[in-house]
Amino acid sequence: MTSHPSPATTLNGGPAGRGNVRIGVVTFPGTLDDRDTQRAVRVAGAEAVPLWHRDKDLKQVDAVVLPGGFSYGDYLRAGAISRFSPVMETIIEQAKGGMPVLGICNGFQVLTETHLLPGAMLRNNHLHFVCRDQKLRVETDRTAWTSDYSAGQEISVPLKNIDGRYVADERTLDMLEAEGRVAFRYLDVNPNGSLRDIAGISNEAGNVVGLMPHPEHAVEPLVGTGRTDGLGFFTSILKNLLKGANA
Amino acid sequence: MTLDTVKHAAETPESEQPWKELGLKQDEYERIREILDRRPTGAELAMYSVMWSEHCSYKSSKVHLKQFGEKAPENDALLVGIGENAGVVDVGQGYAVTFKVESHNHPSYIEPYQGAATGVGGIVRDILAMGARPVAVMDPLRFGAADHPDTKRVLPGVVAGIGGYGNCLGLPNIGGEVVFDACYQGNPLVNALCVGVMKHEDIHLAKASGTGNKVILYGARTGGDGIGGVSVLASETFDSTGPSRRPAVQVGDPFQEKLLIECTLEIFREDLVDGIQDLGGAGLSCATSELASAGSGGMRVELDTVPLRDATLSPEEILMSESQERMCAVVEPGKVDRFLEICEKWDVIATVIGEVTEGERLEIFWHGEQIVDVPPRTVAHEGPVYHRPYARPEWQDALQADDANALARPANAAELREQILKLVASPNQASKAWITDQYDRFVQGNTILAQPEDSGMVRVDEDTDLGVAVSTDGNGRYAKLDPYAGAQLALAESYRNVAASGAKPLAISNCLNFGSPEDPAVMWQFAEATRGLADGCLALGTPVTGGNVSLYNQTGETAIHPTPVVAVLGVIDDVTRRTPIAFAEEGQLLYLLGDTREEFGGSAWSQVVHEHLGGLPPQVDLDREKLLAEILISGSRDGMIDAAHDLSDGGVVQAVVESCLRGGRGARLVVPDGLDAFTFLLSESAGRAIVAVPRSEELRFTDMCGARGLPATRIGVIDGDSVEVQGEFSIPLSELRTAHEETVPGLLA
Repeated sequence: MTSHPSPATTLNGGPAGRGNVRIGVVTFPGTLDDRDTQRAVRVAGAEAVPLWHRDKDLKQVDAVVLPGGFSYGDYLRAGAISRFSPVMETIIEQAKGGMPVLGICNGFQVLTETHLLPGAMLRNNHLHFVCRDQKLRVETDRTAWTSDYSAGQEISVPLKNIDGRYVADERTLDMLEAEGRVAFRYLDVNPNGSLRDIAGISNEAGNVVGLMPHPEHAVEPLVGTGRTDGLGFFTSILKNLLKGANA
Repeated sequence: MTLDTVKHAAETPESEQPWKELGLKQDEYERIREILDRRPTGAELAMYSVMWSEHCSYKSSKVHLKQFGEKAPENDALLVGIGENAGVVDVGQGYAVTFKVESHNHPSYIEPYQGAATGVGGIVRDILAMGARPVAVMDPLRFGAADHPDTKRVLPGVVAGIGGYGNCLGLPNIGGEVVFDACYQGNPLVNALCVGVMKHEDIHLAKASGTGNKVILYGARTGGDGIGGVSVLASETFDSTGPSRRPAVQVGDPFQEKLLIECTLEIFREDLVDGIQDLGGAGLSCATSELASAGSGGMRVELDTVPLRDATLSPEEILMSESQERMCAVVEPGKVDRFLEICEKWDVIATVIGEVTEGERLEIFWHGEQIVDVPPRTVAHEGPVYHRPYARPEWQDALQADDANALARPANAAELREQILKLVASPNQASKAWITDQYDRFVQGNTILAQPEDSGMVRVDEDTDLGVAVSTDGNGRYAKLDPYAGAQLALAESYRNVAASGAKPLAISNCLNFGSPEDPAVMWQFAEATRGLADGCLALGTPVTGGNVSLYNQTGETAIHPTPVVAVLGVIDDVTRRTPIAFAEEGQLLYLLGDTREEFGGSAWSQVVHEHLGGLPPQVDLDREKLLAEILISGSRDGMIDAAHDLSDGGVVQAVVESCLRGGRGARLVVPDGLDAFTFLLSESAGRAIVAVPRSEELRFTDMCGARGLPATRIGVIDGDSVEVQGEFSIPLSELRTAHEETVPGLLA
C-alpha cells in the first residue's frame, strides 16, 4: 500500500489532463446510498459526478459506482429492472471495454442481472433484513477497486440487506475460485447464507467488482462504525486511474 | 344510486344517514346540521366523521393539551410551535430541525407489517411537509408479554414493517425502545418518530392562500384502503367479538414514498409551493379542509379528477381513503408547469384537482355537481370539544400503599448475583440487537450514535460538525403508580439521555398513549400526565413542539398502563465531542453522579424478581436533572468524560453491564459508604448518571461537580474482563453477554 503516492499530492494531473479524476455515481429511482457514495468519492480525493438513470450520457467519467438501495423498488427482483435503464446500456458497453465499475449491494445485484458478473442474489437464509458491522477478508488486490489493500487483509465494513445471499452453480463457483475472482469473503459470521462465504466478486479483467457490504459507510472515523476500512476502494480506483493517465 | 348533492340534501332533510356507523355521536350529527343549516350530504358527512374523530380532532384531550401552550417556557429556539404538521426548532448556523412522534397503535395490532410500515410513512411525510429532508427515524415500541404466543405474531411483523418501509426510504433508524408488559397484550404501542433538517428559509406551512392558486394532488393513486382508519379504528376500543377491521388498515409502498421525498425536495429547492400538506389520517378530507382552513380564501376541488386505483370508488370513499404516499400542494399558476415537470422526472403522478377561491367555503364537485359546501374551519379546527369527567381511581391508594421497598431482598451475595443475572437477561433489560439489526442505521452517512447508545445522534453539517441528538423514553409502570410523576420521569429520562450523549436538550415532542377517555379513571391519568409533562417542560425550559394523542388503547374494560412517551431533541455544536456509553479504556475511573435512595417502586427489579407493581415511582427533582445535564454537557465538551450512561430502569448494575459489554471491558466496583450493595446496584433513583473519567481529568472533573453542587461518588474503575463488586460477587463478561444477548432471539427468532 505504501508504494503509491497519496491522492492529495497527485490531484494536479488527472486522466487525459482534465484535472480531477471523475467518478460517476448512478441514481436510479429508489437508490439510497448515492449521496453517501458521492461523499466517499470526495473523501478519497476524486470528483463525484451524479449520473441519472434516464440519461445515456456518462459525462466523461473515468469510472462508475452503482450504489445501494432498492432501485425501482426492487420490484420483480432486486436489480432486475435497473439493468434495462438507459444509463446501464452505456455502462455495460463501456465496462466491457475496460471502464472500472463498482457495484455495492443493490449495485452488485444490478451487475449480476446484467451478467457483467456471474451468479445471483437470493433472500437472506434467515429471511430478515440484517444491518451489522461485518468482518471481511480481501481475497485479491488484483482488481481496479482493491489494489490499495493487500490480499488476505481483514477489514470491517457495514452490511445491510435483505437479498444478500450469493449463489451460483458449482462450476461457476469453482471457476471464480480458480481464477482468483472471489474478491471478498465473510469472516466470523456468514450473515446471509452466501455460498462459500462469498461477499464480493470481480469479472475476469478485474475492472468490474461487486459486493454486498457497504465500503462507502466506512470512510470517516466519526460516523457509522467509526472505522475507515472502506476508504481503500475509493483510493484504489483513484490511484489506478492516475497511474493509467501518467503511464 | 343518485348522487347526494348539496341541492339534493337541502330538498330531502329527513333522509336517514349512517352517522352512527361512521363513528359520530347523535349530538355531533345534530351540530353538523346546525352548522350547515340543512342535513349534510353523504360526502360532507364522510368528511366531518373522519375529521371529528378522536384521532383527528383531539376532542377529549384538547382541554388538557392546552397547558402545553399556556405553560410553555420562554424559548427563542422554537420557530414553529404546536398546530402545524410538526414543530420546528432553531439549532444554530441557519439550520432548523423538525421532529415529531406519532402513534400507529391500532392498525399495527390488526395488521402488524402494514400498520407499522405506514406509521413510518405517515410521520416521514409530516416532516417532509415542513420543508425538511428527513434524516432519521426512531420507533418506541411496546408489546405484550415477551413469551405470549401473540407477541410472536405482532412483534416480528411490526419490526419487519418498520424495517421494510424505513430501510427502503434510506432513513437511518437510530434509536427507540422495546418494552414488554402484559398490559399491552391486546394493544401494542407502535409509535414512530422522524427528524428532519432544513435551513430556516425553507420552512413550509400547511395553508392555501392566493386566489387562483392551483391545488395539486401528487403521489400515489387513491385506492380503497384505510377507509375510516382514524374514525372506526383509532378512535374506539377494540372489542374481541367484532368483525375484522383489516380493510381499515392502509397498505404502504415505500418505493413510491422515496420518490415522493426526492421529488418534493426538488420542488422545494425551486421554491414552487405556497402551502403544502401531506395526506395521512383522514386523507383528502383532512388535506383540503386543513389547507383551506389555515389559508386566507376558500377552495374549490373537482373530486372526479383525482387519479384512482379503483374506478368504482364513490366520492365519499375518495374523501375518506387513507391511501399512502400522497401530498397536496398549493402552487401559483405560473409555477404549475415546472411543478408537473419535476413530478414527471421522478415518475410521480401529479394532478391539478382544484384552486384557491375567494370567499370562505370549501366546495367540492363531482362531475360538475356540487357535493360539498362547508366552512372549512368547522371541519378542520372547530370540531367538538369534550370536558370528559375524570376521577382518581379508587384503587390508586391501595396500589401506592403496596410498597415495593418492603419486598424480600436477596439474602446474600450469591442471591444478589443470581438476581442480577436474571435482571440483565429479562426481556425488558436484555439486548434488543436482534430487533434493531433489522433496521439500517448507517444510510446517509451521518450517523454518529445509534442504538444501544443513550440517544441517537446525526451530523447536520459536514463542514462544521453540528449535530442533533434525540431520545425517546417512557415508563408505563411508573406512570401507573403516579401519572403526574410518571410523565415527568419520562421527560427527565429522555432529557438525561440526550445530555449524557453530550447534547443540549432544546425541545420535546410527545406521544400520549392511554386507554378509553370514556373511563373517568383513564381520563384522570391523562389529565395528571399532561399536567405533569407541562409543568416539567416549564421547569426544564424545553417547550412541547407537537405530538400525538392515542386513546382507546384498551380491550374491553382493561386499559394499558398510562404511557406517555417523550422525545427530547438536543443540539451538539461539535459531534466529535459526543459521549458514547462504552467503557473502552482500561484504568478510567467510574463516577456515580447524583443521589441514590431506596427507590424500588415500579422498578425493573420488582418486576423481574417479584412480578410486582406497587408503591411510588422514584422522586422527581427537575432542578437536579438540569444540573446533571449541565455537568454531562460540560464534561463532554471539555474532554473530562470519555463515556456516560444515564441511570434508569435496572439502576447502576444495568448501566454498568451495558457499558462494559459495549466497550468489551470489565469493571471493578466498590459499594459507596452509606449504601448497601443491593440499593447501590438496583435502586432506580432519578437524576443520576454514571461516567468514565480519564485519570488525568479526575481532579478537574470532581472540582467542577463540587463547585456546582452535584454529588459525585467514585465507585470503581474500568478493569479486567468481568463485572466485580468488591466483597460481593464477580460475573465474567462472557456470562453477562450470554445472559444479555440470547434472550430476545431465543424468544422471537
